[in-house]
Amino acid sequence: MADPKLSKYLDEFEDIPGTLIFNTYRSRQGFNLNQFCMSLMKEENRKAFRANEAEYLKQWNLTDAQRDAVLNRDWTGMMREGGNIYFLAKLFSTDGHSFQHVAAIMTGSTQEEYAKMMLEGGRNPKGNRSKSNPSL
Amino acid sequence: MAKITAGVTTSHVPAIAAAIDLKKQEQPYWQPIFKGYEFSKKWMAEHKPDVVILIYNDHASAFDATIFPTFAIGCADEFLPADEGWGRRPVPKLKGHPDLACHIAQHMILNEFDMTVVNSMDVDHGLTVPMNLLFGDLGPDEEWPCRVIPFPINVVQYPPPTGKRCYDMGNALRKAIEAYPEDLKVVVFGTGGMSHQLQGTRAGLINKEWDTKFLNGLTADPKALTRIPHSEYVRETGSEGIEMVMWLAMRGALNEDVTETYRFYHVPCSNTALGHIILENK
Repeated sequence: MADPKLSKYLDEFEDIPGTLIFNTYRSRQGFNLNQFCMSLMKEENRKAFRANEAEYLKQWNLTDAQRDAVLNRDWTGMMREGGNIYFLAKLFSTDGHSFQHVAAIMTGSTQEEYAKMMLEGGRNPKGNRSKSNPSL
Repeated sequence: MAKITAGVTTSHVPAIAAAIDLKKQEQPYWQPIFKGYEFSKKWMAEHKPDVVILIYNDHASAFDATIFPTFAIGCADEFLPADEGWGRRPVPKLKGHPDLACHIAQHMILNEFDMTVVNSMDVDHGLTVPMNLLFGDLGPDEEWPCRVIPFPINVVQYPPPTGKRCYDMGNALRKAIEAYPEDLKVVVFGTGGMSHQLQGTRAGLINKEWDTKFLNGLTADPKALTRIPHSEYVRETGSEGIEMVMWLAMRGALNEDVTETYRFYHVPCSNTALGHIILENK
């Protein structure tokens, strides 16, 4: 049974559109995935991963969904499977990509379009505050 | 007696690290951002703190997914820039102040703020970017002009500490510093923010109006800001806007009455609304 006060705290985030909150439950779910990402902070591991990605991933006990998301560089999929953006950063840095590159992919736009939106002041919060009340 | 003279907040965007390391400071995109810190660098060079207590969040660099300490303090002799996936940054290693750090940790724990003591850690862009912005673009063979005590707060795994808890923690930090017998000039940094979201279909969210209210409140009425719930930070300023609770930790370490010496706000810095403020104790 969930504690009502804690449920309310967690539910408020669920109402925010296009956002996954990395709470302790998702931290459990994504533990192996996130630890795999951490391993890429060492050059020898980056080399081994680049040489044979699928083989390197075997030692990390990922779920099939986590493994496929990594191999396909499905960033949204990795987040859904418990990945956290700061851990995933080790993977996209290994690929030579920036936060902006990956953010653009997750929003479904090209990096060019995304960069233009940022130069024009970023995404407006209006209409992006609440799933239950899209007019906010 | 050690004394806090001023507080600094600044965003710690990793793209700034890349811009410095790849020498892009004069490019049109980056020029206004670095120009915004020219005053601050001069101010810091004149202010000459002995020690900086640098409140930031570790971005899965020193701490992996095995442990998420809520409040931690770096007590080591020195700290190396972390390898965040593209090698260690070419910046000087940071000299700690283990004696002051150990004193603070013990004083705070006995004052009921249960710090995690870290005796060995690397420090990531969350710490090295603010050092660059306030002290300049120093190379790996140079030395930072002061000692640095890293003070990581968890804002990666929810729930992070509340804004009020961070503010109260700042109060406890101040008491600990003022109980240290040696005469030291201390500046406290609170870093991260302002509005930004790095993930999901809502990535790129910026809320200038909210950020401006937060900047105004930081000087004039920080206690009102301590009542902002986590959900409001995320809804109004994006999933990574939550980092602003660390600004309240810095604010709690200052006097209630402060002078706002400088403010800078710029959109965009990569995915982020960059905010920076210097507050001096009256």
